[in-house]
Amino acid sequence: MDIHEYQAKALLAKCGVDIPRGAIAYSPEQAAYRALEIGGGAWVVKAQIHSGARGKAGGVKFCRTEAEIVTAAESMLGRKLVTHQTGPSGKLVGRLYIEEASDIAQEIYLGFVLDRKAERICVVASAEGGMEIEDISADRPDSIIRVVVDPAVGMQSFQAREIAFSLGLDGALIQKAVKTIMGAYRAFRDYDATMVEINPLVVTNGGDIVALDAKMSFDDNALFRRAEISELRDKSQEDPRETYASDRGLAYIGLEGQIGCIVNGAGLAMATLDMIKMAGGEPANFLDIGGGASPERILKSFRAVLNDPGVEAILVNVFAGINRCDWVAEGVVRAVRELDLKVPLVVRLSGTNVELGREILAESGLNITTAETLAEAAEKAVAAWRGQKKAA
Amino acid sequence: MAILIKKDTPVVVLGYTGRIGSFHAQEMMDYGTNVVGGVTPGKGGTTHLGKPVFNTIKGAVAETGAEVAIAFVPPPFASDAIMEAADAGIATTVCIADGIPAQDMIRVKRYMRRYKADRRMRLIGPNCAGIITPGQAFAGLMPPHIYMPGRVGIVGRSGTLGYEAASQMKARGIGVSSSIGIGGDPINGSSFRDILELFEADPDTDAVVMVGEIGGPQEAEAAEYIRDHMTKPVAAYIAGLSAPKGRRMGHAGAIVSAFGESAQEKVEILREAGVAIVPTPSSFGETVADMLARPLKRAG
Repeated sequence: MDIHEYQAKALLAKCGVDIPRGAIAYSPEQAAYRALEIGGGAWVVKAQIHSGARGKAGGVKFCRTEAEIVTAAESMLGRKLVTHQTGPSGKLVGRLYIEEASDIAQEIYLGFVLDRKAERICVVASAEGGMEIEDISADRPDSIIRVVVDPAVGMQSFQAREIAFSLGLDGALIQKAVKTIMGAYRAFRDYDATMVEINPLVVTNGGDIVALDAKMSFDDNALFRRAEISELRDKSQEDPRETYASDRGLAYIGLEGQIGCIVNGAGLAMATLDMIKMAGGEPANFLDIGGGASPERILKSFRAVLNDPGVEAILVNVFAGINRCDWVAEGVVRAVRELDLKVPLVVRLSGTNVELGREILAESGLNITTAETLAEAAEKAVAAWRGQKKAA
Repeated sequence: MAILIKKDTPVVVLGYTGRIGSFHAQEMMDYGTNVVGGVTPGKGGTTHLGKPVFNTIKGAVAETGAEVAIAFVPPPFASDAIMEAADAGIATTVCIADGIPAQDMIRVKRYMRRYKADRRMRLIGPNCAGIITPGQAFAGLMPPHIYMPGRVGIVGRSGTLGYEAASQMKARGIGVSSSIGIGGDPINGSSFRDILELFEADPDTDAVVMVGEIGGPQEAEAAEYIRDHMTKPVAAYIAGLSAPKGRRMGHAGAIVSAFGESAQEKVEILREAGVAIVPTPSSFGETVADMLARPLKRAG
């Protein structure tokens, strides 16, 4: 799960990371009032969307007057911001973060990730902050400092000190950097994050270290014990097709194509998308119905797939282990009848009770194309989709 | 002989008296698996499905000599069960749970290292379908009838895609020595490389099929091991050629977040290591049959 910049900053601040003064606003008037409250003579208006690279897309504006703040806020609120991370449809700006401007002496990159090779939390830092980490590793790989944390004891101060000295900091800044690094580590650990990125972390001319931008992502599998994080979910930042499905307990990912997919198992679901692409089609979604799927769950899956208006054909591919093909077939028949299915449907069943499942489909008298293998199913689905397109 | 589980291997079921644990324990027994009992804290001293129930894994090991444990424990409690098994002297634990927090798995892996190599537990999974030696025994939730006994090992992240491989092989008369599901989580107990080492040393395995996917470094590690150390031929399929970057495709670990983690890159790395690439999920049978018919060509 992702959260907004201002939410990440609030969590980091609780753990001892210094942040610039700032406040949230939902309207241009409120934005101007927030600036007045914060005080000073320069502010930054920042669009709150779940994406980085907002600056280049016009989502971060430096302002010196109330009028500039209002203009900046008007240019962002209610609009969709397109960055290279949001995809072409962009993300809706529903709230702004108004922050005091900082005078920057140095920009640092500070990130925390789950290192899958080390199977531990890893700190990544670079004195070349402000750029994206991909660019830093391409342009200045020598500047990257990596420190792995032993989970038995957690991060130690000496490790944070070593990072601070490696970044070229000295004097009073060392203690401030250590406090920041240890705080961000605690935020990662205590909130079950999968990623914390402070970029840039800046050294100000006044000798402070503050988090100028912050991103945090969280482990969905740990949300059951992090109620305070679950509350930060902003559905306006999600693909509405995915929100609909996830609210109904389905593992669904919206894609750009036209062939809807209903599959059991994440690996087989990915393979089914690959197969559709190889057969010349484009999948509309990834959907794993999971194990032990009842007819009701199949019906629910059809609803989620059809919730996408771009779907022009559907492929059901189930290799039943703990699932049962007869239950899946029952669900398919019910879905076609209850939802009055208009798009072509191809069903491939294999595994437990497959004969029974095929019988149910055949006896239904419905217009359902069946297939024996995955390749055949994908080819038939693509052919059915092409036929549908011609007819329309 | 096969790997990890055999006809007589004594198996203890964790979460034995629950609905899911009971169902799969019965399936395992029906197939001939030597289930010696189960563990459900608070129900020790009773009998379930004709086998004794224990309060603790230590108790079960002392009474039954269990060597393999299979955990049907919900994700929030699964890491605790794995650590208890490691402490009780279990040789191999299979964990089915999908949804264990990643930081719990970090702690589990660190904890397991407390024990000296000769009594360190091997963990399979989590978020996996389990392990099977066809015709002998299984610990998991796979449909065992789709596997024909034979001499090709299978190791994969995905359950159903592994079934796809096994049934395509069966249709061509190619049997399986053992099939091991290592699971779809970002931090898992055993890697592809760990299982490939076991198959390489197993006299009952002649070749191996790997079923990988996007995300993580384990397929690339496996490629290096295959190139430098394996004498047996390996075929591999990688799922997720069409997966968009940065999206988590169902499995918690199926996300491209670094160089070398996309399906295209993994396929290239494996091909360069001399692995026979299964080009589509419908060509497991064909590729494995071809591989077995030809002598192994591998540089170095």
